[in-house]
Amino acid sequence: MISELLINAFLVTIMLSIAIALIKTRTVIFTVILTSAYSLVAALMFITLDAVDVAFTEASVGAGISTILFLAAMAYLPKKEEKSISSEFIPALSCVILGGILIWCSFDLPEIGQLTAPIHQHIAPEYIKGSKEDIGIPNIVTSVLASYRGYDTFGETIVVFTAGVAVLALLEKKNTTKKNKSQPKQKIKKNA
Amino acid sequence: MISSTIGIWNYWIVFCLMMIGLFLVIGRKNFLKKIVGLAIFQTSVFLLYITFGKIKGGTPPILNESIDTIYSNPLPHVLILTAIVVGVATTALGLSLVLRINSEYGSIEEDDVSAQDLVDYHDDIETGKNFDFKFKK
Repeated sequence: MISELLINAFLVTIMLSIAIALIKTRTVIFTVILTSAYSLVAALMFITLDAVDVAFTEASVGAGISTILFLAAMAYLPKKEEKSISSEFIPALSCVILGGILIWCSFDLPEIGQLTAPIHQHIAPEYIKGSKEDIGIPNIVTSVLASYRGYDTFGETIVVFTAGVAVLALLEKKNTTKKNKSQPKQKIKKNA
Repeated sequence: MISSTIGIWNYWIVFCLMMIGLFLVIGRKNFLKKIVGLAIFQTSVFLLYITFGKIKGGTPPILNESIDTIYSNPLPHVLILTAIVVGVATTALGLSLVLRINSEYGSIEEDDVSAQDLVDYHDDIETGKNFDFKFKK
C-alpha cells in the first residue's frame, strides 16, 4: 500500500514538473523532447493503474510516432518560440478558475479503486465473464476491442484514414520541399 | 475529510495537468506549442479515464485460472486505446496545418499571422478589390 503510494507520488511529481517545464521552455527541440518524456511517464502511470495494453500503445504510439511527427515537422519550422506581445494573464486566470471548478466537482466523484463505483457495475462484468466463453481469448481488452466493440474500432480506422487523406491534401503542393514531409505521415496509416 | 481527500487526490493531479495543457493551447501564441498543449491535454484525459477503471487490489484484465481474481475494468482501457491512435491522427493533421501556415505566412506565431491578415484586409478595402473578404494570399 505504502509502496504503491510512493510510486504514484514519484510518477505524478515527474509529470507535473515536465508539464511546468513545458510552460517555461521556449526552444522547440526541448518542447518536443519533453512531450515525449511526458508520454513515457504517462505510460508508466498506466501500468501502475493496471492498464497494460494502454501503456504499451502509449509508449509506442504516443511517445514514439508522435515524436517522430514532431521532429519531422520541426525541421521546416522556426527553432525558437517568440514572446507574445499580448498578456497571458487572462488565459492563466481562466485555466485556474476552470481547474478550481473541476476540483470542487471532484468531491462528488467516487473514490479511486472502489469496487462499488457505478462504472464497475454496468457492463464490464459481462465482458469479463463472456470473454472466455464467447470469444475464447484470455486478454479481455483484445476481445472487447475486436469483437464486442468492433464497430468502434472500425470507426477509428475511418477517422485515421480521413486524417491521412487530409494530411496528404494539405501537404501535396507545388512546393517540392514538402514532398519529403508526406512520408512520415503515411506511416501512421499503416501503424493504426 | 482527510481520507476522502486521499481517495480523490489523483483526480486533482490529473485536473492540474489538464489545465496546464489547456493553458498551452489558449495562452501561447506559437502554433506548435498549441499542438503540444493539445497532446498534453489528451494524455491527461486518458489518465483520468484509466483512473476511473482502476480497482483496488485488482489485476490487469487478462484472465487467469483462479476464480476469485478481481480484474480492473477493461472498458476504459479499450476506449483509450482507440483514443490514443485517433490522437496521433489529430496531431499529424495539426502539424500539417502548421506546416502549411508556415509556408504561406512565413511564421507560426499567431500575432504575425493575424497582423498579416489585417494588412491584407485593409489593402483590399483601399483598392476596392476583393471586397468579399476571403483572406486570399
